[in-house]
Amino acid sequence: MPRTVRDVVFVDGVRTPFGKAGPKGIYHETRADDLVVKAIRELLRRNPALDPAKIDEVAIAATTQIGDQGLTLGRTAGILAGLPQSVPGYSIDRMCAGALTAVTSVAGSIAFGAYDAVIAGGVEHMGRHPMGEGVDPNPRFVSEKLVDESALFMGMTAENLHDRYPHITKLRADEYAVRSQEKAAKAYADGKIQQDLVPISVRNTNSEVGETGWGLVTADEPMRPGTTLESLAGLKTPFRVHGNVTAGNAAGLNDGATASIIASEEFARENNLPVKMRLVSYAFAGVEPEVMGYGPIPATEKALAKAGLSIGDIDLFEINEAFAVQVLAFLDHYGIADDDARVNQYGGAIAYGHPLASSGVRLMTQLARQFEEQPEVRYGLTTMCVGFGMGATVIWENPHHKDAGGSK
Amino acid sequence: MSTTTAELLKGAAELFPDEVVTSAHVRHLELPYGAGRFALITLDNGFDHTKPTTFGPGSLANLNTAIDQVEKEAAEGSIVGAGVTGKPFIFAVGADLKGVEILKRHEDALAIGKSGHEVFKRLSALAVPTFAYYNGAAMGGGVEVGLHCTYRTVSKALPAFSLPEVFLGLVPGWGGCTLLPNLIGAEKAVSVIIENSLNQNRQLKGKQVFELGIADALFEGADFLEQSLVWTANVLKGDVAVERPEVDRGEGWDQAVAKGRFIADSKVHGAAPAAYRALDIIAASKDGDLQAGFDAEDSALADLIMGGELRSGIYAFNLVQKRAKRPAGAPDKNLARPVTKVGVVGAGLMASQLALLFLRRLEVPVVLTDIDQERVDKGVGYVHAEIDKLLAKSRINQDKANRLKGLVSGVLDKAEGFSDADFIIEAVFEEIGVKQQVFAEVEAVAPAHAILATNTSSLSVTEMASKLKHPERVVGFHFFNPVAILPLLEIVRGEQTDDVSLATAFGVARKLKKTAVLVKDAPAFVVNRILTRFMGEIQNVIDEGTPVAVAEKAVEPLGLPMSPLVLLELVGPAIGLHVSETLNRAFPDRFTVSENLAAVVKAGKRGFYVYSAENGFKPELDPEVAALLKQGDVALTEEQTRDRVLDAVAQEIGLMLDEGVVAEAQDIDLCLITGAGWPFHLGGITPYLDREGVSERVNGKKFLAQGVASVPA
Repeated sequence: MPRTVRDVVFVDGVRTPFGKAGPKGIYHETRADDLVVKAIRELLRRNPALDPAKIDEVAIAATTQIGDQGLTLGRTAGILAGLPQSVPGYSIDRMCAGALTAVTSVAGSIAFGAYDAVIAGGVEHMGRHPMGEGVDPNPRFVSEKLVDESALFMGMTAENLHDRYPHITKLRADEYAVRSQEKAAKAYADGKIQQDLVPISVRNTNSEVGETGWGLVTADEPMRPGTTLESLAGLKTPFRVHGNVTAGNAAGLNDGATASIIASEEFARENNLPVKMRLVSYAFAGVEPEVMGYGPIPATEKALAKAGLSIGDIDLFEINEAFAVQVLAFLDHYGIADDDARVNQYGGAIAYGHPLASSGVRLMTQLARQFEEQPEVRYGLTTMCVGFGMGATVIWENPHHKDAGGSK
Repeated sequence: MSTTTAELLKGAAELFPDEVVTSAHVRHLELPYGAGRFALITLDNGFDHTKPTTFGPGSLANLNTAIDQVEKEAAEGSIVGAGVTGKPFIFAVGADLKGVEILKRHEDALAIGKSGHEVFKRLSALAVPTFAYYNGAAMGGGVEVGLHCTYRTVSKALPAFSLPEVFLGLVPGWGGCTLLPNLIGAEKAVSVIIENSLNQNRQLKGKQVFELGIADALFEGADFLEQSLVWTANVLKGDVAVERPEVDRGEGWDQAVAKGRFIADSKVHGAAPAAYRALDIIAASKDGDLQAGFDAEDSALADLIMGGELRSGIYAFNLVQKRAKRPAGAPDKNLARPVTKVGVVGAGLMASQLALLFLRRLEVPVVLTDIDQERVDKGVGYVHAEIDKLLAKSRINQDKANRLKGLVSGVLDKAEGFSDADFIIEAVFEEIGVKQQVFAEVEAVAPAHAILATNTSSLSVTEMASKLKHPERVVGFHFFNPVAILPLLEIVRGEQTDDVSLATAFGVARKLKKTAVLVKDAPAFVVNRILTRFMGEIQNVIDEGTPVAVAEKAVEPLGLPMSPLVLLELVGPAIGLHVSETLNRAFPDRFTVSENLAAVVKAGKRGFYVYSAENGFKPELDPEVAALLKQGDVALTEEQTRDRVLDAVAQEIGLMLDEGVVAEAQDIDLCLITGAGWPFHLGGITPYLDREGVSERVNGKKFLAQGVASVPA
């Protein structure tokens, strides 16, 4: 049977506002599955041209797949969201790159011809499911020194990265973090972010936390506009005495969910769905687990090579800011300035937060908005580091560009 | 104004120290689309959905305080709107009935009505629009708090929405009678307030609430509150216009009220005041004068709270809601044996109905037996046909239909059918010798642990068991026709019945979703004994010379579901005669066997009445029956007849309690409500007999202590 590889497009993406994990967080009394269900429903409301019965798959990522993040979330979320029973679903885990992997997995299947249109997203409620909940690492990791003991603690891997690149100082990381907050605040002021947020009703029964009863969340909770270098300078370095990584130059512990529609380009056009980004290539790569923040570099190398592009062809970057040091290592590698205007134009996870398995689709949603505003840009990429020493990169083409769809 | 209300509520709260107080949390939020700051009030009693949120005086005071805050914010312009919603799954289910029961003085009752109005109506008088978000179950005062708001949304997932006041003996008195017809028109309001209420308190679902026009928007349960708030933002920004159809304030209004009176007459026959009071208020609210309506609601509430019908209604409600779930005298349920297969002796209509019920509720194999193959086939065929009907009505799906059909079978050989049955019920001819024979045959083939149940309506269970090797496993299991509809199941303990058998019987009853009442093995048990005495006394009066029409009319003020002779027709005169003969043998001094009734049965008549199209199918005395009647020359008045009949009923119940037929008068009432459809406003019957002075006249004392189904002392 002759088979043609099909073009895959990013149709639309939404997310819940992100919250701070823990008893004082906005989502403390909200279930994880409800977050992703509400994101899926908003996505369908925004795209009435997509007949839910034509959805071929629901791929939902979560790192800790137990409790309200377990039970094959992709399937249960589909039912809870009111999708027809004929629509199947499954769960995905690649820790921080969960949602990104949900997108690439379904994209591969679309290109192959197995699916036409798919919901892909992720959720992480780090308040209900703290990192490391229920894990049982094989003792051989340590006894055979397969990985350094620090590999399981992301903050320590970030400190390790500072060791590897001594020129990435705490000051540079803090300066980067301040800019992330500034850019995020500006993006909010300009209304760039809110249009892709799903309002979430939240209940609070604890009067010590704040007003009790039902409320509505319409904005990200972790943001700290007005952050200054001075305010960051005095923060503790919890992962190492006299270290470099603080709560200020890293993403926090967060709750949130994302969802996107990924489709074959043909399906999208036939069904009058928007085409916001066209998938060019993607790649994953492994690195030493104790410096997992380095992961985006080999992943990007691979993705560029597969696309036949060079870093110079990429005019917009959405890099997940798990840690400022990890972004700076990437920028240094490619000789890009810390404050390059192509990088994280709306700010990043240091400001918005990073609910692990949900973040990948946030990067895509933001890149899609930037593509729309900047038709002169042809290529952009989304990249992130992943626990246990991995990186993930997806390269996208801007369909609004005059040459889009043609050969490079 | 609010100070006065606060004081009223403080006084009321002191009368009700046990109130489960509902909080009214005020939380502020930013509406989507930059529509502005919004105050959302959450009604929450602090428990999960198994204990729904209610309003007592303390709860109203909390809501009043919340509105104080919101009112101030609205006036100073710091909010653009305010909303009210509930805890998960529950909006609010109305006034706390316990708080109503304890009221002793008219002025306290009036205070509850007035203060509810004073608090709720503030929601319609804020400087900003108000919104109710019916997220879950909403009843009575819960519905009403939303009616005072400017706009309402409702969840598609909302399972129950009603104004059940008339059902209990009240009126929707915190604005419902006035606001609802002014919102959706009198016709729809009458259907909600009167028709649904009197139709066994029928509930509306979210979609219907929207379709009736009570709510302005309908959203799915998954993100109901989010979408309600998005909608709110759009309404406040003017992007969504709320349009409601014009209410017909002309003839349609009067016709609706007239229809309401017709419905009330057909259900309570003028015997309970609540529906009529509600209709009076609906009628008067035609001109849209809300305050006049609220005042009328206050006085109706106060009058009804101090009246016997409401107290009976609440008493009856508690019987069916609470006592029915914890049968008095039932043994420890842990003693019950599992029932994994059921045998039914007989394949006639009653047996087939029982087979269907066991099959649907227990979902275990059910085997019918009878004396010839034709009867067996007919019984199984009946069950199959009923399953097909359920399938056609989409009450079950094809898989369930296949499963149920696969579980029912019929055999001629009892040994084959019953050798592994755990529970065997007989529904054969009502004759002690026949039943003893059947049980002997069953015992010979059934497992040693099997329960043998009898659906007898008047024979002695003890006698039926007496010839068995193991009489301890025989129980009476007396259903009421129609079996699928009437909830009552009289469970009869024979003299030798043991606790395990009894516990198993109660366990089966619970699975059958029946209201089980433990009854001593006494002639005709409870319902049939009382009904037979009641109807027997009517028959006596007729036989002695009172015209049939006078005798029938005499008991109309009770508001029974049907007249005695219409009931006789439903039961069948032959069965009525048979039961009266049984009771006559047991208690010849009180139960007579009417020669007239015997003559009617002998003539093969199915009843006393004929019905014709020319006469609108109203009952008319059958001339052939009239010709059969041999009456004496003592004609009583309606009042004399009524006294005599009620005296007889009071005497019989007094004797039954003395004999220990049931544990308490409450069980008598529960039986009459669930087995004979006797109305809530009578509280079954003993509250009525108490408040009409009959109990004291006949027995020298009341059946129930003051306050149980009456205004407390």
